[in-house]
Amino acid sequence: MILSIAGRELRSLFLSPLAWAILAVVQLILAYSFLVQVDFFMQIQARLPTINDAPGVTQLIVSPLFGNMAFVLLLVVPLVTMRLVSDERRNQTLSLLFSAPITMTEIILGKYLGIVMFLLIMLALIILMPISLLTGGTLDFGMLAAGLSGLVLLTASFAAVGLFMSTLTAQPTIAAISSFGVMLLLWIIDWAGKTRSSETESLFGYLSILRHYETMLKGIFNSSDVIYYLLFICTFLVLSIRRLDADRLQH
Amino acid sequence: MNDASLIQVENLFRYYGDICAVQDVSFEVRRGEVVGFLGPNGAGKSTTMLMISGNLAPSAGRILINSIDILDNPRAAKAELGFLPEQPPLYRELTVDEYLTYCAKINRISREHRRRAIDNAKQRCGLTDVGRRLIGNLSKGFQQRVGLAQAIIHSPAVVILDEPTVGLDPIQIREIRALIRELAEEHSVILSTHILPEVQAICDRVQIIHKGRLVLESTIEGIQQQLQGSSLLVAFRNQPSTGELDSIAGVERVESLSNGRIRLSFTPGHEPTDALVETSVANKWGVYELTPEQISLEQIFINITCRDESMAEPSPESTEVVS
Repeated sequence: MILSIAGRELRSLFLSPLAWAILAVVQLILAYSFLVQVDFFMQIQARLPTINDAPGVTQLIVSPLFGNMAFVLLLVVPLVTMRLVSDERRNQTLSLLFSAPITMTEIILGKYLGIVMFLLIMLALIILMPISLLTGGTLDFGMLAAGLSGLVLLTASFAAVGLFMSTLTAQPTIAAISSFGVMLLLWIIDWAGKTRSSETESLFGYLSILRHYETMLKGIFNSSDVIYYLLFICTFLVLSIRRLDADRLQH
Repeated sequence: MNDASLIQVENLFRYYGDICAVQDVSFEVRRGEVVGFLGPNGAGKSTTMLMISGNLAPSAGRILINSIDILDNPRAAKAELGFLPEQPPLYRELTVDEYLTYCAKINRISREHRRRAIDNAKQRCGLTDVGRRLIGNLSKGFQQRVGLAQAIIHSPAVVILDEPTVGLDPIQIREIRALIRELAEEHSVILSTHILPEVQAICDRVQIIHKGRLVLESTIEGIQQQLQGSSLLVAFRNQPSTGELDSIAGVERVESLSNGRIRLSFTPGHEPTDALVETSVANKWGVYELTPEQISLEQIFINITCRDESMAEPSPESTEVVS
């Protein structure tokens, strides 16, 4: 059931030019950033053996690429998720789901899964670039895996925020701008703690979605980071289910 | 509780903030019946439909679909109903086949029955030739049919249609009406409309809702009896005087109309047609037109809704605003 909804969501995405445009633009921008990193690496390559504990290819090329990717996702995910529920609400197609024998949870999970599948396709295309480096050398696969899982978790969290924001409104653009706002706020929330006591610093640092990602990019796979993302996703999914159910109830 | 009643609605209320859209509505629909839900704009038709179809939760009251409470057991109850909202819930970017396959999936039709269910729905709604076309490119009439196909694809016991013929051309309206009649052979149908002749054409029973209350519940025969008027339109070649017409037994009032015709009102039950024709022949008035004037359903409708206002409620506001 969830899969049917997810499949429809994915299909509708690819039937609109938006999905293709987003894939193309993201690929282009990240390819450029990848080339710049590769070029930089080529320049300093000769000097690297002389440095003690020198960074490797993965650290110099893949980590910055993933860092840029996170930033691009911040801009792109709201555009993909904005239509999830708000568009259906506006076109009054939600009643098709509401009068079918399925629960709100199934509707939300289906939509969430559909959008995550799309974003994973996008990530898969990006991953091909660092993988192509294998033709000329080898990579630190542990670091790559940690970075990649961080990227997947980050993407999934962004998608959950976007889905929730989409359930709040009937206007896709409002859903897009508000999910962008929430994501950006969570991105920069650790700025507040920087000049304060260590307690505030650790609280805001913990809330920051970027901090947990940065540790993973360094190749540190810490279960507390994973739990942070899973909690984050669950919270927004539960909120979305509650919000959709509220459509049915008293106003 | 009647076994044959597929929809049972008991004391339904729905508030939007302070506004009471539906108050104390109760009715039953039995198997094989087409019930017309009539009412002016904003009377609460759509709200009631949304509640029966599980799209809105009632503020108070109970809804049973095939004896399953839609609030206690929504999944089982919703499997028994098909709903076509005012605006058909269509994904314009899908083809008809893709859309119906999706509908079959979310209505939990198993894989082996899916093909047959889709073909059946398409055939009944006349969509066989447009299966591979995009819904967005279809005409309004075809889109409406796709909406209808979606509502009946899982052969639900109850089909709920909110203004199914709105925006269609006369031929399409006739086709949709025929289809609804056909549906009633296997399903129970509730349809809402504000087109009164439509009710006469397809419904077995009529319910008139006004300001959130059910003000009339009647079979279509009952309505038809009320429709028989108490006046005749006549035209003569040699116009008699008003006094002569007035003296015919049964005639209460004579009224000359601008186009040369005369309206004769008579006491109900004392139809003066025979007497009138006899007198006309005897006196050589030369009657060449004689039509019984029918009260339109509109008139009944207006009578009911106005009477309700003046009788039941001291002021119109108090029906809407509940403190």
